[in-house]
Amino acid sequence: MDINYTAVLPEIILSLVGISIMLLTPFVPRERQTHLGYLALAGIVLAFFGVAMGWGQTDLAFFEMIFQDDFGQFCKIFFLFVSTVILLISMNYLEQEKLFQGEFFALLLFATVGMLFMATSADLIMTFVGLEVLSISTYVLAGFKERERKSSEAAWKYFLLGAFSTAFLLYGIAFVYGATGSTKYLQIAEAIQASPDYSLILLVGVGLMLVGFGFKVALAPFHAWTPDVYEGAPIPIMALLAVASKGAALLALARILYQVLPDLSQQWQAILWPSAVLTMAIGNIAALTQSNIKRMLAYSSIAHAGYLLVGLTAHNSLGTQGILFYLVAYALMTLGALTVVQIVGRREEQHTTIEDYNGLGYRYPFLGIALSVFLISLAGIPATAGFMGKLFVFSAAVQSQMYGLVVIALVTSAIGIYYYLRVIVSMYMGEFKKEEIPITISMPMRIILTLMVLGTLYLGILPGILLNLAEEAASF
Amino acid sequence: MISATHYLTLAAILFAIGTVGVITRRNVITMFMCVELMLNAVNLTFITFSRFLDQIDGQIFVFFVMTVAAAEAAVGLALIVVLSRHTGTLDVDQANTMKW
Repeated sequence: MDINYTAVLPEIILSLVGISIMLLTPFVPRERQTHLGYLALAGIVLAFFGVAMGWGQTDLAFFEMIFQDDFGQFCKIFFLFVSTVILLISMNYLEQEKLFQGEFFALLLFATVGMLFMATSADLIMTFVGLEVLSISTYVLAGFKERERKSSEAAWKYFLLGAFSTAFLLYGIAFVYGATGSTKYLQIAEAIQASPDYSLILLVGVGLMLVGFGFKVALAPFHAWTPDVYEGAPIPIMALLAVASKGAALLALARILYQVLPDLSQQWQAILWPSAVLTMAIGNIAALTQSNIKRMLAYSSIAHAGYLLVGLTAHNSLGTQGILFYLVAYALMTLGALTVVQIVGRREEQHTTIEDYNGLGYRYPFLGIALSVFLISLAGIPATAGFMGKLFVFSAAVQSQMYGLVVIALVTSAIGIYYYLRVIVSMYMGEFKKEEIPITISMPMRIILTLMVLGTLYLGILPGILLNLAEEAASF
Repeated sequence: MISATHYLTLAAILFAIGTVGVITRRNVITMFMCVELMLNAVNLTFITFSRFLDQIDGQIFVFFVMTVAAAEAAVGLALIVVLSRHTGTLDVDQANTMKW
C-alpha cells in the first residue's frame, strides 16, 4: 500500500506542463502564444509514455485512491488521443479567431487530468475531484470567447447546471457513504454485498448519483442544457464536451455501476432502461428540425449517449467492450465532423447553418468526402465504425434479453439516418452560393481529417484489433 | 437528545430550498447562492454521517467539497460578470439568444 507514482505519472506530467504553460503565458508575446500549444502537445506525448510505463500492471495505487488496471489504461489512452486531436484543432481555431491566449492550452491539459482521474478513480472523493477539475476547466473554456454573447451565455448555463448537478451527485455520494460507511469503491461493494436488504438511504443515494452523472453525460431528461451550451461554445470546446467530457462521465459511471453496485443491477437497470429510450428518442427526433449544424450535432451527441447507455444497461462483458469500442468510433466521427464544421465555419463561426453546406461537395471535394464519411458513420451505415459500434452495443443488449430496448434503439437510429443524410444531400444537390471568404484548409487539418476518415473506415471494416484491446480492458 | 435524523432532515430541507431556489429564481446571483446552499446541505449530511458512524472519512470529504466550491465560486462569479456585461442585467431570462 504505497504511493506508486507510475500509476499517476501521466496526470503528474500533464499537471506540471499545464502549470508551466500558465507561468510562461505572461512572458510570451501575445501573437506567439499559440506556440504554447506545442508545449502542451509535448506534454501529452510524454503522458502517453507515462501510460505505457504502467501498462499491464494491476494494482491499487495512491492509498487505494486509484485503480491501475487495463480498463483504466485503455481509457487513459483514449482521453489522451482525444485531447491531442482537440489540441491540434484548437491551435488552428485560436489562430483563425485571433484569440492569442496561452491559458487555453493549460485549461485543456487540466481538463484532461480530470478525465484521467475519473476513469481510474477507486474512491468517490477522487471521482468527485476529477469531475470538478474537468468541469471547472470546461466552464471557462466554454466561455472563452468572452466578447461574444453566445459564448458567455453558454458558459453561464453550463456552469449553473453543472454546479447544480454536482450538488445532486454529492448528495448521492453522502447517502451512499452514510449507508455503507466508506467512500472507497471496493469497501462500498463489500458492504453492499454483506447486507442484501438494501436500506432506503443507499437506494436514494444511488438514485441521486445517477441524476448527477445523467447531467454530465446529457441523458434525458437531464439533457436540456446540451444544445445551448454546444451551440455557444467554441467548436473545439464543443468537441471536448461532446466526446471527452461525456466519455469521462460515462466511463466513471460504468466503473461505479459495474464495480461498486453490481448487486444493485436490477435497481439501476430499471432506471437506466427508460432513460436510454428517452435519450435516443429525444436526441434523434429533436435533431430532425435543426437548421444549425452545431445544434444538430449536439442533439446527435445526445442520441449517441443513448446508444452508449444501451450497452451500459446490458451489464455484461460484451456491453463493456461495446461501450469502449463505440466511444472510440464516436470520438473519430464526431471529432472529424466537427473539424469539418470548423473549417467551413471560418472566422467567427459565421457559416454554421446547414444551408451553408449547399453545393460544398463539388466545390471542395475533400471536405465533402470527409464529412460524408463521418455523417454516414454517425448514421450507422455498414462499413463504417459507427455501424460496428452499434452492432456490438446492441448485441450486448440482446445477450441480456433486452429485446424491447434493442427494437427502440434500431427504430430511433433509423430516424437518425434522415438528418445525417440531409446534410450530405444539401452538399451534393444544393446550389452553391458565391462565398465572400473562400474556405482554406491548412495542411495539419488536411492530415488530421485524412487520418480520421481512414480510421473511421478501418474500424468499420476490420474492427478486430480494437475489439481485442477492448476485450482485454473490459475485464475489471 | 438530537439524533442523526434531525440533522439529516435539516440537511434535506436546506437541499430542497436550494433546489427550488435554482428552479424558480431568476436572478443569476441568487441562483448561484442556492447552489451553494445545496452544497452546504451536502456538507451537513457528510458531517452527520461521519459523526454517527464515528469515522473521519466524511469530514475529509467536506474539506474537498469546500475547496472545490471555492474554486467554483471564483469561476462562477467571473462568468456572471462577463454575462452581465453582455446583457446589462442580472436577469437570467435575458440570456436567451439561443433557442430552437
